[in-house]
Amino acid sequence: MIQAVMVMSTQGKPRLLKFYSYQPPEKHQDLVRGVFQLLSARPDSVSNFVKVDAIFGPGAKLVYKHLATLYFVFVFDSSENELAVLDLVQVFVETLDRCFKNVCELDIVFNFNKLHTILDEMILGGQVIETSSEQIMRSVEEIARLEKQSNTTSLIPKSISERFSR
Amino acid sequence: MASAPPAAPAPAPSLVDTLFQRSLDDLVKSLRADPSAAGESAAVARALSEIHREIRAPDTATKAVALQKLTYLSSLHFAPVASHPLAFPAIELIASPQLPHRRLAYLAASLSLHPASLSLLPLATHQLHKDLSPSTSSAANHHVTALALQLLASPAAAAAPDLPVHLAHDLVPHLSRGSPRAIAAAARVIAASPSAAVPVLFKPLAACLASPDPRASAAAAAAFCELSAPPADAAPFLPLAPDLYNLLTTSRSNWALIKVLKVFARLAPLESRLAARIVDPVCQLLARSAAMSLTFECIRTVLTALPAHDAAVRLAIGKAKEFLAAEDDPNLRYLGLLALGMLGPAYASTLHECRGVIAQSLGDADSNICREALHLMMGLIDDSNVTDIAGMLVSHASKSDPEFANDILGAVLSACGRNVYELVSDFDWYVSLLTDMGRNLHCAQGDEIGRQLVDVGLRVQDARPELVHSSRTLLIDPALLGNHLLCPVLSAAAWVSGEYVNFTKDPVELVEALLQPRISLLPMSVRAVYIQAVLKVITFCCNLYVERLSDSSKEVSVALNGLSMDQTVSGGSDAPIGSSNGQITVPRMMEKDPFSLKSVVHMINLIETTVGPLVECNEVEVLERARNLIGFVYSLREIQELKESKFDDDKHSRVKELVKNMQTVLSHEIGPVSLNAQEKVSLPDDLVLNENLAELVDIISEDDTTLSSSIVFYPRSCGSVETRDEPALSLGSSSLLSEHRKRHGLYYLPTGKAEDGPVDYPHANDPLLPASSESALDDKLKTIQPVTGGKKPKAVKSRPKVVKLDGEDFLSSMVASASVPKEDSLSGAVRGVLLGRDLKPSSSQKASDKAYEGIINKMDSGESSSQWKNNVDADFVGHPTSSSRPSIQQSHDKESTNPLESDGKEARKHRRSRSGHRQGKHKHRERHCTQPDVPQAPIIQDFLL
Repeated sequence: MIQAVMVMSTQGKPRLLKFYSYQPPEKHQDLVRGVFQLLSARPDSVSNFVKVDAIFGPGAKLVYKHLATLYFVFVFDSSENELAVLDLVQVFVETLDRCFKNVCELDIVFNFNKLHTILDEMILGGQVIETSSEQIMRSVEEIARLEKQSNTTSLIPKSISERFSR
Repeated sequence: MASAPPAAPAPAPSLVDTLFQRSLDDLVKSLRADPSAAGESAAVARALSEIHREIRAPDTATKAVALQKLTYLSSLHFAPVASHPLAFPAIELIASPQLPHRRLAYLAASLSLHPASLSLLPLATHQLHKDLSPSTSSAANHHVTALALQLLASPAAAAAPDLPVHLAHDLVPHLSRGSPRAIAAAARVIAASPSAAVPVLFKPLAACLASPDPRASAAAAAAFCELSAPPADAAPFLPLAPDLYNLLTTSRSNWALIKVLKVFARLAPLESRLAARIVDPVCQLLARSAAMSLTFECIRTVLTALPAHDAAVRLAIGKAKEFLAAEDDPNLRYLGLLALGMLGPAYASTLHECRGVIAQSLGDADSNICREALHLMMGLIDDSNVTDIAGMLVSHASKSDPEFANDILGAVLSACGRNVYELVSDFDWYVSLLTDMGRNLHCAQGDEIGRQLVDVGLRVQDARPELVHSSRTLLIDPALLGNHLLCPVLSAAAWVSGEYVNFTKDPVELVEALLQPRISLLPMSVRAVYIQAVLKVITFCCNLYVERLSDSSKEVSVALNGLSMDQTVSGGSDAPIGSSNGQITVPRMMEKDPFSLKSVVHMINLIETTVGPLVECNEVEVLERARNLIGFVYSLREIQELKESKFDDDKHSRVKELVKNMQTVLSHEIGPVSLNAQEKVSLPDDLVLNENLAELVDIISEDDTTLSSSIVFYPRSCGSVETRDEPALSLGSSSLLSEHRKRHGLYYLPTGKAEDGPVDYPHANDPLLPASSESALDDKLKTIQPVTGGKKPKAVKSRPKVVKLDGEDFLSSMVASASVPKEDSLSGAVRGVLLGRDLKPSSSQKASDKAYEGIINKMDSGESSSQWKNNVDADFVGHPTSSSRPSIQQSHDKESTNPLESDGKEARKHRRSRSGHRQGKHKHRERHCTQPDVPQAPIIQDFLL
């Protein structure tokens, strides 16, 4: 299973953080810091896999891609194939690129919820459910259309709002 | 939306709040406005304050935005949420009719992992139940269901009590539709609550595996891959093999195939028929697939689950080699090395074929590849190639970065030291390798290297000459003394040089190295070892000098010295040392003779100059050893006067006796101590071990009294003529011993033994007379008696101030099998000399002649044959005098009695003892023995345990 997905800047600032196996909240910052220290010490043009037993527990590995000012990190265990997860990172990056038209860090910073929507279309409960970038794009666009439609409706007051007021 | 502050109160407050509320984008901008840590934390605090107010607003839209901001801060800025649990507002909003609000709420709930939030999550059970029910087929409802499944599969839901249990049934309709999301969620629900979920979900999940829909079957394969993953037992999934096999042979999805292969890799070892059946399809995939990920998974499956199928393994190895050959892709090279690491011992030849590639990978820029290559190289090592590989690795470590260099050295030490050096046959090579490792600038393995240097010396007699040689190269280099990482290695080198000093080519150089000024850079514990080594070396040199002095005339010439060596060898006196020394020293005789008077005096002067100041050291370990060494050297000052007093046989004899006794103490063989050695010492039946040693307080106070008495006794002795001192001294000793026995009878042997004591005392009257044949026979008879009697000794506190107890210290060293007791007894012996100085009426650096005589009298009496005989009769075993050292009880056995005889038989018996040791270690050459040494075998075996 995929245990975690992280997107962080080359300054170590987390831009996206999703855990699929339980990690106590007070540990999240240490996990980010640990992964960042590992990655920032690695030169370019070396392999994209790192064993992270010390950080995430026995058998854990991570695969990462360093693109411009961002690290895209997927942490996984022995039930995943290294190269397959590397391909998945590529799919994720491609999808972001399509959604934001030549994605850069600012797009990541200002689209917190959309990022999670894209990720949720790919992975559910740590299991990969979609590996096609095109299919993910279609789902995200449909969700956006539905939400826009719902926003239009919300302009009309409804009695249901009054029910929740104190 | 404008970020202006709220206006004055208006008729519609909620509308105003909604219109002027800061959005998430506004929040992000304010956080980025001041990127400093202080600015950021201030912005976060302000935002939390706003959120705290907004989240309680009656308007749903306002609440939703507040929840969105809180989720963001909690997730990416690690804002503490204990006072703002995400779950409660999230639970409110997941019931909202607005899809955007529900999306925000579901995200907040799935990201909230704080215990406060988790405990509230079951409140959402009813709403999840509604959202999971397939009431309509509208698009919006489809996405709401997706959101609910996402939450159900999140670690938050898994951690919330009972939530998955209540919703397991709701998944069944979605499973029957083959929804990949539902399949993934079902796997998580089963993992979270197996006992409740398996009866409900397992069969529908298994049905998905056989579904004609490839998306459903792929998702099901992934689900079963998760569920069968270690540490879970894979056996319950064997019935799924037919459906998995069908996927293996028909699926076009690489993801699905990878998952199926992983499940089969876990099932195949459980069922050999299954393994035989999947070999062909796996080989076809391996041969045809263009996807590297699938190819690698096939390799892994074959090497880990199908090792018995040679054709498949060879095909996998070929593919792995292709991975290794990928020059421009470090990922493939890394995975190729991983694959080689999965090979079993049956294919060791393949590893050897790839040795060049593996060795080359050690120097890769990628630390992943380097470490994997090192791991493989360790698997390659065997007794035929250990010298090549270990040498190459150590050489490589000298060019590597510090971290990897230490990984290499640690791996080599572990491999070569495994199972008591079973891979090593050339120990000279290994010793020099250990030295090279120690010299590595980044080496942080000093403790293990030092331990192995000493351990090899204890266990491998043949390696000692090389050990001494290698240690020399370390000790004479002053530059190494500043490297604190090297201290354990230098400590071991010093210990080895002192312990095996007979293999040293140039003792003078060694002493100079051990006392060079820069040793002040060493920690005190290491300096103590250095000083102890010097004591061993100087004792060795003085012993040879004294022996030469006895065997040859005073005139020194090359021919006579050479002749002297030959006589020594043929005479068989201390043959092992003499032989080794003769071979080494003769060629250097003309240049520098370490055993000449000049060299000995030079070393003594050097010791006094460098170690003398340490007798006032604050560190007790260094202090004690310094005093031992200086005390010994002080007594050796007599040697200088030998030249001037050629005819003073009395002094010569005394110094000779002192030196020889010290040499005997230090020459005792030290072997490795078995882990079970302590248990082999059986408790005597009549020995009762007290819970504590409170009773010894009386004895300690008694010693103080004895000390006072001794002080009173000494001046009278000093003022009397020498001939009349002898009976007075022995009489005082007898009286003290009798009194002590009377007061502390508990710690002495039965009274019957005491009657023999007075009978032997008269012998003290003539300690200097040569032993007659009748006396020798008598000694032999008494020596046998304690052994045949089978009596066991009782531990008693040694009393250095009572002359007999000095012998007890000496006796203790004879049965010592560890270095600590040896040092203790040595300390006790030397302290006896120092006490003479302490007892002087006036304190001055140089003692008077009378003080000299006092010391000689004490030593002479303490070591006379009568005293030793008396010790044997009393059957005492002294324990260490230093309270700072651990106390070890020793069993009294036959060997310990042999060195106690002071006549000519002592040397002969000692030689037999050494011969026995060598026989036990499978030494090819045997020394001439007058008498076979059969009884020594059990003792040797004990050492080897």
